Amino acid sequence: MTNPNKYRLRRTMMFLNCQKPGLIKDPYIYKPDSIMLDLEDAVAEREKDAARYSLYHALQEIDYRGVERVVRINGLDTDLWREDVRCAVAGGCDSIRIPKTENADDVRTVEYAIAEAEREFRRPAGSVLIMAALESARGVINAMSICDSSERLFGIALSGGDYSKDLQISISGTGVEFMGARQHMIIAARAAKVQCFDTVWTNLDDMEGFRREVEIIHSMGFDGKSIINPRQIPIVHEIYTPKEKDIIFAEKVIKEIETKKAQGIGVFTVDGKMIDIAFYDGARRTIALAKASGVYKGDL
Amino acid sequence: MEIIKTAVAGTLESSDCMVTIEPAQRGLEIDLDSAVIRQYGKRIMEVASETLDRLGVQNARVTIVDKGALDCTIKARVECAAMRAVEHDGRVNWGGVIR
Repeated sequence: MTNPNKYRLRRTMMFLNCQKPGLIKDPYIYKPDSIMLDLEDAVAEREKDAARYSLYHALQEIDYRGVERVVRINGLDTDLWREDVRCAVAGGCDSIRIPKTENADDVRTVEYAIAEAEREFRRPAGSVLIMAALESARGVINAMSICDSSERLFGIALSGGDYSKDLQISISGTGVEFMGARQHMIIAARAAKVQCFDTVWTNLDDMEGFRREVEIIHSMGFDGKSIINPRQIPIVHEIYTPKEKDIIFAEKVIKEIETKKAQGIGVFTVDGKMIDIAFYDGARRTIALAKASGVYKGDL
Repeated sequence: MEIIKTAVAGTLESSDCMVTIEPAQRGLEIDLDSAVIRQYGKRIMEVASETLDRLGVQNARVTIVDKGALDCTIKARVECAAMRAVEHDGRVNWGGVIR
């Protein structure tokens, strides 16, 4: 049975360093959809053990009030990741993010360790989901097989810092260097019916640039964006909340399609636009997103 | 669990605490420094004592400098310092002695 959390709303995923108790004690006040409790790059090498103890007790004792708790483990090229998985699963995390995912076998390797940990710590089989971060040219090229690798996998995320290093380019702020990866990943994710998330925007002095980038990835079809600062949350949520005119149009489309279908009519117009059954799922998604965002007042 | 060397965990940042564990011969000695010692001193000592008891630490000198840490942080820092002080470097008993 599919984990009911697999397709939950994930507009914002906020990175938090597990080494810092002040960061992980109450991030829910900013209302991100997910938090990314980091055991990897943000944690100093000599503090990896300390970060795990903090993570375990935070997961056990802090009420994150419905915010999804994703744990980023260390890379599969380290001797740290297996204990990271045990700690995260024992603590009660919702999901595990695999960094530097290169291929489907990486996902299956972690999936196996998660299943073992679920048994060890008596959690229901399949309760812990997976997301895969693609951080290299090879990982991006393999996006399709990674998306298809596991029933637990809810999505893939572009990690722009390492990806730009692998491509031997610098990040311009225009997004031009990520165009190919973004387009490829969103197509693969949609083909596999999983979610797709964009990389972080690190220049906190340029919030207009951040807004432009969120508008671009939203229009490309990304489900959300990784973020590093609470100030970024309301901007993403605003852009991802369906506008009133879109909600009204979606309602009309759904109702008209259902009515016309009963009358045996396949193609018709709504507000001057040609509509057929192909518009139905998109309209349903708009209504679902409006409901999840708390702005839908209708009866669908 | 026998403390074999001095070890430290945590920082002096806000919401954290720094825990130092040193070897000792006879019993547990816990020293607490906190700006909120009058309001929360008893609770911090309880959490630290229970954690050390669960870990089986019977002889040690423990110094806690608190900067407004939650219970979960106090436990995490005491456990980490103790594990470092016994040079533990393997699988952790999550949900067992660590809970």
